[in-house]
Amino acid sequence: MTLEELYDIGQGFREQLSAFKAEIHVCGSGGCASSGSLHLKEAFEKGCEARKIINDVRIITTGCMGLCGAGPLVRVHPSDSLYIRVQQDDIDRILDSHILKDKVVKDLLYPNDGPFFAKQMLIALKNMGRIDPESIEDYIAHGGYEALAKAITYYTQEGVVLEIRNSGLRGRGGGGYPTGLKWDIVRRVSSAEKYVVCNADEGDPGAFMDRAMLEGNPHAVLEGMAIAGYAVGATQGYIYVRGEYPLAIERLRKAIKQSERLQILGNRILDSKFNFRIDLRIGAGAFVCGEETALIQSIEGQRGQPRPRPPYPSQVGLWGKPTLLNNVETFANAPAIVLNGGKWYSRIGTEKSKGTKVFALAGRITNTGLIEVPMGTSLRDIVFEIGGGIPDNGEFKAAQTGGPSGGCIPIQHIDTPVDFESLTQIGSMMGSGGLIVMDQTSCMVDVAKFFMEFCKDESCGKCIPCRVGTVQLFRLLEKMTKGEATDQDLDILEELCVMVKDTSLCGLGQSAPNPVMSTLHFFRTEYDQHISEQYCVANVCNLHGKNRAVADDSETVPRTEET
Amino acid sequence: MREISMKTRTMEKQNVSDNRYKYLDRALARHQYRSDALIEVLHTTQELFGYISRELLIYIARSLKLPPSKVYGVATFYHFFSLEAKGKHTVTVCMGTACYVRGALNVQLAIERACNCSMGETTEDKKVSLQTARCVGSCGIAPVVIYDDDVAGYVIPEESAQHMRIWLEEQE
Repeated sequence: MTLEELYDIGQGFREQLSAFKAEIHVCGSGGCASSGSLHLKEAFEKGCEARKIINDVRIITTGCMGLCGAGPLVRVHPSDSLYIRVQQDDIDRILDSHILKDKVVKDLLYPNDGPFFAKQMLIALKNMGRIDPESIEDYIAHGGYEALAKAITYYTQEGVVLEIRNSGLRGRGGGGYPTGLKWDIVRRVSSAEKYVVCNADEGDPGAFMDRAMLEGNPHAVLEGMAIAGYAVGATQGYIYVRGEYPLAIERLRKAIKQSERLQILGNRILDSKFNFRIDLRIGAGAFVCGEETALIQSIEGQRGQPRPRPPYPSQVGLWGKPTLLNNVETFANAPAIVLNGGKWYSRIGTEKSKGTKVFALAGRITNTGLIEVPMGTSLRDIVFEIGGGIPDNGEFKAAQTGGPSGGCIPIQHIDTPVDFESLTQIGSMMGSGGLIVMDQTSCMVDVAKFFMEFCKDESCGKCIPCRVGTVQLFRLLEKMTKGEATDQDLDILEELCVMVKDTSLCGLGQSAPNPVMSTLHFFRTEYDQHISEQYCVANVCNLHGKNRAVADDSETVPRTEET
Repeated sequence: MREISMKTRTMEKQNVSDNRYKYLDRALARHQYRSDALIEVLHTTQELFGYISRELLIYIARSLKLPPSKVYGVATFYHFFSLEAKGKHTVTVCMGTACYVRGALNVQLAIERACNCSMGETTEDKKVSLQTARCVGSCGIAPVVIYDDDVAGYVIPEESAQHMRIWLEEQE
C-alpha cells in the first residue's frame, strides 16, 4: 500500500457513491437504535424495493448524529436533510416526496442551521453520523488516514510532536495535561519497547462521548493512535474499552481487521519502516480503571488498583515500559491537527484551552445529545441555545460537569465560559465531557449522596482515606436525606471532605468529595433545611418537614449562596 | 473456598453435553496460558457459561498457574463478572446520572416490587435477575432499562413493572 493507492481507494469509493441518486443515512447509535431505527432501515429498504429504486439509493446505518433526544434520526442526501422522530408511517412520505420528487418533507425536518447546530464546531466528531462506521473505504473517501500518511511520509517524529505541541491540545479525559508535552516525554525516553494506550474506559455515569465516537467513527481513533505511535516510537497500541459497550468492541475489532488488510496497521505501514499494531483489552466494569496506573494494572491482568506517581506511565508504564496514555477524544483530534497544522487548531478556543470539546448533554434538557463546541463557549449557550433549555416549563437549577469528580454549577455562574481553568475556578471541572442538567426536581443533597454512593462502591480499597472516607461521607449524607442529621454532622462532613481530598492516593479519592463540596458551597441552604427543618425543597427525600407545614411558592426556588 | 477435587471437575466436564470447556481450553491456548491474560479468560468464561462458578475459577487458576486467591480476587474486583448463576431473564436498570435525574429510582422500585426482590438478586423461581448498571451510555433517552439485550428508553415505572409480570408469568 502506498500513498497513491490510498488516494485511489478514496477516489474509487467516491465514484461508487456518485453512481447513487440518493443516500439515506439511518442513525444506529444507542439512543436511536433503541427507539427503533434499525427497523426503519429495513423498512426503507423494503420501500425502495417496492418502488424499484433499490439500486439507486444507498441505505446505511451511521454513528451518532448528535440530536439523540429527537431520535430516530434519518439524514437524506442530496440536500443533506435531517429528519427527526421518524416513524414507520413517515417512510413512504420521505421516499415518495424526497427521493422520488426531490421535495423535502418539511414537517419532519430539523434545519442544519437550527439552534442545535449553529454554535457547534465539529473536529473530533467531523465525520460521525455521515459515514458508514463499518467501511474503511468510506472513511478513506472522507479524507481518512491521510493524516497518518502525511505524518509518515513528510514528517519526522519530532515534527509530529511539534505540531501537536503547537496546537495546544490538552488531554480530553478530564485532567487537561498538555498532550504535546506528554508525547514529547515518551518520545525522548529511550527504550526498545514503548506502548500507546487509548483510555476508552468511559466510566463517568452520564457520559457517552467515547461510546459514540468508537461506534460512529472507530477509524479516527485508530488513526490518531497510529500517528501517536509513529511520533513516540511505539510499535504496539492497546485500546482499553468498557465491556459494557459491545457494539463499540465489535466495530473496533472490525476496523482493526480492515486496516490490517490494507496495511494501514501492521508491518511496514504505507511502505515505510514503521510497524504498529493495535489490540483491544476489554474492561470489566471498574470505574477506577479510568485512572492511568490502574488501567495499566488492568491490562496486565491484575486488579485495577492505582499506584503512587511518579514514576509516571510515560516513563514506567505498561510492562514497565514507557507508555503514552490518552483518551479517545484526544486521539480523535490528532489526525485533524496533523492535516491542518497545529497553528490552525490553536486559533480555536481560548488562550489556555485550545480547540473544541465534545459534550454529552443529558438530564433535564430538551435537546439531549452529543455536541462539540469551541472551548470558551458559555454554559448558557450550551444549555439554553444548543440544548434548547429545560423541558416541561422546568427551571434551571444546576449543571453538573465532571461526573463523580466534578461539581454542580448554579444559575449565577451560567455565563462561565467552558474551559479547563474557568470550570476548576468555580469548583467543578471539565471532566471527560458529561454535562447533566438538573431542574427543580433534583435535591442537591440527594445528588451529592448519589455521587458519593458511586465513589464508595467504586473505591478500589487500596488507600484508607478513600475506602473508609467515602463510606463515612455517604453515611453522613444518608443521614441528612433521612432528616436525622445534626449541625455537628455537617461540620464533620465538611472536615472529612477536606481530609479525603488531601490524603487519597489517586484521582478517584482526591476528587470524590467534589460533588459534596460544590453543592455545599452553592446550595448550603438545602443542607440546612434538611438538617434543621427536615425539609427537602425538591421533595425528593421524603421528609415530613416538621417545622414547615406547607411550603409557599417562593420557597420552591432554591436560595443560593453568593460567592 | 470449598474444596474441589480434580474428580469433581472431570465430572462436571462430563455433565456438560456441549463443548464449552473445549472452547475455554482453546481460549486458554490462544493466550498461551499467560497469567496476564486472566481478565480476557474470565470474559470468555462468562460468555460461555453465563457466570463463573467456583469450579471454573479453580480450573482457570490451575490452567494459568495462578493461586486461586488471585483469580478470585480479580474476578470479584470487577463488577462485570458474576459468580452466581443468573435467572432466565435479566433486567438492568441504568443508574447513570442522567437516568437518576430523570427518575430511574422510581423505575427501580417498581421493578423490585413487581419481582418481590431487590437489585442484585434473582427471583425465587429463577426467572428474573435484577441488576443496576453504572451507565450504559444511552443518556439521551433516559431513564433506560435493558430487558435481556433490548435497550428501552424513556421508561415509565408502571411499564417496566408490567414487563416483569409478563416474564414472571411465562410458562417453562
